[in-house]
Amino acid sequence: MNNSALHILLADDDEDDRLFFKEAIDEIKVKTIVTLLNDGVQLMLYLNQPDVVLPNVVFLDLNMPKKGGMQCLKEIRSNSKLKDLSIAIYSTSASEHDIEETFVKGANIYIKKPNDFGELKKILAEVININWQYHTSGLNKENFLLSI
Amino acid sequence: MKLQIKYDINTACKVIMQENLDRIGIPYELTGLGEIEIKGILSTGQYTDLEESIKKYGISIISDPKNGVAQKIKDVIIEMVYLEDKLPSSNISDYIADKMNLSYGYIANVFSEITYTSIGNFIIIQRIEYSKQLIVEGVLSLTEIAWKLNYSSVAHLSNQFKKTTGLTPSAFQRIINKRKDADFKAVQTQQKLSTSN
Repeated sequence: MNNSALHILLADDDEDDRLFFKEAIDEIKVKTIVTLLNDGVQLMLYLNQPDVVLPNVVFLDLNMPKKGGMQCLKEIRSNSKLKDLSIAIYSTSASEHDIEETFVKGANIYIKKPNDFGELKKILAEVININWQYHTSGLNKENFLLSI
Repeated sequence: MKLQIKYDINTACKVIMQENLDRIGIPYELTGLGEIEIKGILSTGQYTDLEESIKKYGISIISDPKNGVAQKIKDVIIEMVYLEDKLPSSNISDYIADKMNLSYGYIANVFSEITYTSIGNFIIIQRIEYSKQLIVEGVLSLTEIAWKLNYSSVAHLSNQFKKTTGLTPSAFQRIINKRKDADFKAVQTQQKLSTSN
């Protein structure tokens, strides 16, 4: 059982969203290390550093300038070094078709972006908690799908 | 070509530990779920050696006794869900307390303190994990899976599955199958490319 902290990374171009995210995560009981990045280009540079300590979970905003969440997801899933990353996608769409497509392309978690901060905190707490269980209990990540 | 494999985590872990302890050359006894009694004392060098060589298998030595208790509870639950074929339908708390030889109140407290979740919730996670594995294997129908995991009905399993994952079992199965198809096509394309070169 690994009891060190859960390393979380967020790529989001909106500064307010990054702050809300950090604030929400800080209130969760699970020990976490949070890295915030501004877009998909920064994210891929970060993940491809030769001696990088990879995060356990990456939160991706779908709509980012330069490189969007879907493009990042595709690049991450075609790189065998990054196969153990759990990928959480933030989206405003709640269509079942979009959700399924995102999962098929390799996402593990699909988050319908909530409108208020209270709801965001609740959702992130649940997502982090289930990731912690995957991190510490050897659950099979290939079967890890969560739509929330 | 793809091989479907079946595995028993407990046996795998036992063999890995035996091989490594034998290699280091210290007398020991495997005393049960996730516990090894070392006859004598490990030198710091031997301890680090053991710790390092089992790390690549995802096995680590637990130092805080509460972590040990929490890990043992997990093992009891996993064994209960996976190996005994049927969950005890009556009192699960008595079953766990009995296996641990500790009071349930103490067990429940330590568990939630260390794992950030409750025993009840952890059992649900493990049962859904097992049902996912069985769905992916594709041998049993959902009705048979519900029966095997001691759910009162298919609806009960489906509801718990949906509540835990946000997806219905059939949507889950569809996604996993589509992923496999996509992988298969990618491999085929690669093969075509390499033969045409």
